[in-house]
Amino acid sequence: MTIMTHNPDAALIDRLQRAAFDYFTSYSNPDNGLVADTSRAASPSSIAVVGFGLSCYPVAVERGWIGREPAAARVLKTLRFFWDSEQGEQPRATGYRGFYYHFLEMRSGLRVWDCELSLIDTALLMAGILTAALYFDAEDSEAQIRDLARALYERVDWTWALNGGDTLAQGWRPETGFLHYGWEGYNEATLLYLLGLASPTHPLPAASFAGWTHTYQWENLLGIDTLYSGPLFTHLFSQAWVDFRGIRDSFMRRAGSDYFENTQSAVAIQREYAARNPRGFAGYSRNLWGITAGDGPDNAQQRLTSRDRRYFGYMARGVPYGPDDGTLAPWAMLATLPFDTDAALAGTRHLLRRYPQVCPDERFTSGFNPSCTTGQQAWLSQGWYGLDQGLLVMMIENHRSGLIWNLTRGSAELRSGLKRAGFEGGWLQS
Amino acid sequence: MTDEADVAYLQRVRPPDWHNPAPRGLYDLVIVGGGPAGLSAASLARSLGLRVALIERARLGGNSLNSGSIPSKALVRSGRAVEAVIDGSRFGGPESGECSADFAAVMRRMHAIRSRIAESCSALRLAALGVDVFFGHAEFADARSVRVGTAALHFKKALIAAGAHPRGAAVPNLEAVGYLTSANFFEMQSLPRRLAVIGGGPLGCEMAQAFAHMGSKVTILQDEPKFLAREERDAAEILSLSLARCGVETRLNTTISGARSVNGEKLIDFENMGIARTLAVDEILVSVGRAANSGEMRLEAAGIVTAADGRIQIDDFLCTANPDVYAAGDVCMAHKFTNVAEASGEMAVRNAFAKAGQRHSAIIAPRCTYCDPEIAHIGMHTRDAARQGMPVKTYTIMMQDVDRAITDGRVDGFVKIHLRAGSDEIIGASIVASRASEMINEVAVIMHARLGMRALAGILHTYPAQSDAIRLAARAYMNSLQHAAP
Repeated sequence: MTIMTHNPDAALIDRLQRAAFDYFTSYSNPDNGLVADTSRAASPSSIAVVGFGLSCYPVAVERGWIGREPAAARVLKTLRFFWDSEQGEQPRATGYRGFYYHFLEMRSGLRVWDCELSLIDTALLMAGILTAALYFDAEDSEAQIRDLARALYERVDWTWALNGGDTLAQGWRPETGFLHYGWEGYNEATLLYLLGLASPTHPLPAASFAGWTHTYQWENLLGIDTLYSGPLFTHLFSQAWVDFRGIRDSFMRRAGSDYFENTQSAVAIQREYAARNPRGFAGYSRNLWGITAGDGPDNAQQRLTSRDRRYFGYMARGVPYGPDDGTLAPWAMLATLPFDTDAALAGTRHLLRRYPQVCPDERFTSGFNPSCTTGQQAWLSQGWYGLDQGLLVMMIENHRSGLIWNLTRGSAELRSGLKRAGFEGGWLQS
Repeated sequence: MTDEADVAYLQRVRPPDWHNPAPRGLYDLVIVGGGPAGLSAASLARSLGLRVALIERARLGGNSLNSGSIPSKALVRSGRAVEAVIDGSRFGGPESGECSADFAAVMRRMHAIRSRIAESCSALRLAALGVDVFFGHAEFADARSVRVGTAALHFKKALIAAGAHPRGAAVPNLEAVGYLTSANFFEMQSLPRRLAVIGGGPLGCEMAQAFAHMGSKVTILQDEPKFLAREERDAAEILSLSLARCGVETRLNTTISGARSVNGEKLIDFENMGIARTLAVDEILVSVGRAANSGEMRLEAAGIVTAADGRIQIDDFLCTANPDVYAAGDVCMAHKFTNVAEASGEMAVRNAFAKAGQRHSAIIAPRCTYCDPEIAHIGMHTRDAARQGMPVKTYTIMMQDVDRAITDGRVDGFVKIHLRAGSDEIIGASIVASRASEMINEVAVIMHARLGMRALAGILHTYPAQSDAIRLAARAYMNSLQHAAP
C-alpha cells in the first residue's frame, strides 16, 4: 500500500477505481447478472448493487478494462433476467408491479430474508438500467438492451407506490402491505422521485415531489448553509447519476443553492465535525472523515463500559446529529472527488498512510473504527460491499471524464423527471 | 392511602367531608371542570368580581396534577437520580455497579409532591376566593342551566373545561389481561420487573425512560415509524438513541395483534417487519393519547356540538354552538397541554365578559417532552411553514459545541431557531437539551417581545450556560449576514 501512496494522483485514482470495478466481475453470477451485496460467503444479491454495476460497465468499456461486446452481453443477460423473473403478490417472487425485492437469492433470483419490495433500491436498479441503455447505443447489436430497458422502466407502477397518499411509501411486503413510513426530510430519494415523475406509463403526480420537499429544512449548521441529511451517502447516490450543477428546483432557487453545491456543503460539514470531534473518537480530523451508512462493530460483542461509547452494527451513521460511534467508511472521502477534489485526495492519502489495512487488495472495505480496538487492532469490516464499489467507480469517473453525467444529460426520461419536479436552468435549458 | 401526605392531598382535591353549597341564584359563570382551564378561569372571573360556581366530577387539579404532568415529572426526577448514580463514574464519582430504585420511596416522594402542589388549587382555597365549589356529575338541563346532583345552577355564561381521559388501545383481549393508563399508573405499588409501553408519545417515552433508569426492563411498542410524531425527525432520532442507551428496547412500525395471560405473565403478540413475535411482561402501560371528556353531560340539551373525535366544537374565540357557553382546555383544544388549558380558560372569561375578542389560534405555547435529553418546541415547524408557502431558514447550534454542555457532560441535542427566510423574524424554535424545558421559555419571551435575531445576538448571557446556545444561534445568523454581504 505504501507503493500506492507514492503514486501520483491520477495513477492512484486509476488503480483504486479499477479495483472497485473488479468487484462486479468477481462477485456476480454470470448466468443472470445478479451481483452480490457483499463479498462474504452466501451473500444474496442487492438490486441496488446491480444498478450500480450496470452503470459501471460503460466506465469499464471506456477505460479498456472489459471489451464492449462482453460488457453488452452481461448487461443484456441482467436485463433479461429482470424481465423474465417472477413478478407477483406471492412471498417467493423476484418483484411485484415492476418493483423488485431488495435482496435476491444469487442463483434463483427469488426474494430472501422476507425483505421488502424496495422503492429506492428499485430506483437505483432502474437508474443503472437506463444508464446502460444510453451507453449501449449500437443500432442493431445493442438494440435489445434498449428495448428491454424501456420495457422494464415502463412496467414500474410508481403510482401504486403512493398507496393513495401524496408522497411515496418506502416499500411494501406481501405479508403486511405497505411499510407505513414515508420519506421525511432530504435524503437519497431525489432520484426515486425523478424516475417516478418521468414514467410514461405510471407517472407520479408533480405534487408528490413538492409534498416531499415540504419536509426539507434549509439550515445553517456548524456555520454552513445546508439542506441537511446526516449520512454522507445520501448526498452522493442521486448525484452519482445526475449532474446537478446549475439546475435548481423551487426549493434550491429560494435557497440560492443546488444539489451539487449542497453536497459540497455536506463535505464541509463532515470535515468541520471531524475537526471538532465532539465525542473524542480516535483518528477524526479535517483529513479523516466519512460518516455514513455502512458496516460497524457489532455492539453485542464490543460494548464498552461507558454507555456513550456504544457501538453499532450496520447502520446509517450521520453528522452532526448522529448516530456516530467512531466508525468511518474508508471509501467515502474518495467518493466525493467531483465535489471537493482537494479534500477527497488529501483525506484518502492520509487514510492510506495511517490505516493502510482499510484497503486490502487496493479495494476499500465498508468500515473501520479506530476507537474500537482489540489489542492494537482497530475494528475493520471484513470483505467488501458492492454499493461502496459501484458508487466509487461512478464518482471517480464523473471526476475524471464526466462520463455518467454526460450520458444521463441526454436521457429523455431524466430531463422529463427533472422538469416535472420543477428543475430549471443550466444544462436543462439546452 | 394512609400516608399523611395522601390524607392532606385528598383533603385538598376532594375533601371527604365536603358538602356542596346551596346554589346562589343566577351565576355569572358556571364552570364544568376543576382542572387547569377551569381553575384559571375561576380565579380570573373572581378577580373581575363575577359570581362563579365550579363543578368537579372527581378531583380538583385535573389530569395535570393528579395523573399527568406532576406525578410523571416526579418519577422522571427519581429515574434521573438513579441514572446519575450509575453514570457517576463518568464524572470521577465512584463506580456504583448496577443499582435500582427504592420504589416505595419514589412513590412516597411523588405523593408528597402532589399533595404540596395541590394546596394551590384546594377546595378550601377556592371557597375562600368566593367560588361555589360543587363536587358531582354535571349535566346540562337546558341552554342556561346545569344540574349537579339535585341542584340546578343557572348561568349567564358557562365554561366547559371537562378535560380529557386516556384512550385505550384497540388490542384484542387486552382488557381481560389488564393494563394501566395514566389514570392508574401512578398508583402502582411495586416496580415492574418488565414493563411494556404501548405508544411512543410524550408520556410513553418519559415513563419508558424513567422506569428503565429505575431498573425495569422496558419495551416500547409503537405502530408509528418514529417517536413523538409531532416533533421533527432530528429530535425524534436523538431521543431514539438516548432511549437505546439506557436500555429501552423499541419496536417501531409494530402492529399488536393480541394479549394473553399465561402463568401470571402478560403476553403481547405483535408483528414487526413482517415477523410475528411475543413479548412477556409484568405490566403494560397504554399511552396512545387522550380523548375529550365530552360525553355524559347532555350537551345536546344546551345546543352544544362535538366533532367526530369527541372534542367540543368552538370558534376561534372559544365559543361553542351555544353563544352563552364557552369551552377551554383539553375538552376542545388540539394541543392538550396544561399551559394551553390555563391560557384558554382565562381567554374564555375575557371573551365572554370583557368582549376581548382574543383568538385561541394566536396562542404561542411552548411545550416539552421530559425525556433525557428534553425535547421542547415553540411556534411553527418548518414543514407547516413550507405548506403555507413561507420559506424558512433555520439556525442550528449543536449542544456538543456549547461550552457549558461540554463541562456538564450533557452534549446530546441542539437549538434550532426557525426564521422567516430573508428576515430576522423568529417563527419558531426546537430545542433538544438536558434542560430544554427551561431554555424554550427564553425563546417564548423573545417571540412575545418580537425580538429578532439581531437584537438577540447582542443580549449577553451568563458564561458558560447551556442557554447561551440560543445567543450563539443569533450569532450564527449575524455571521451569515456578513458572509452574504458583497
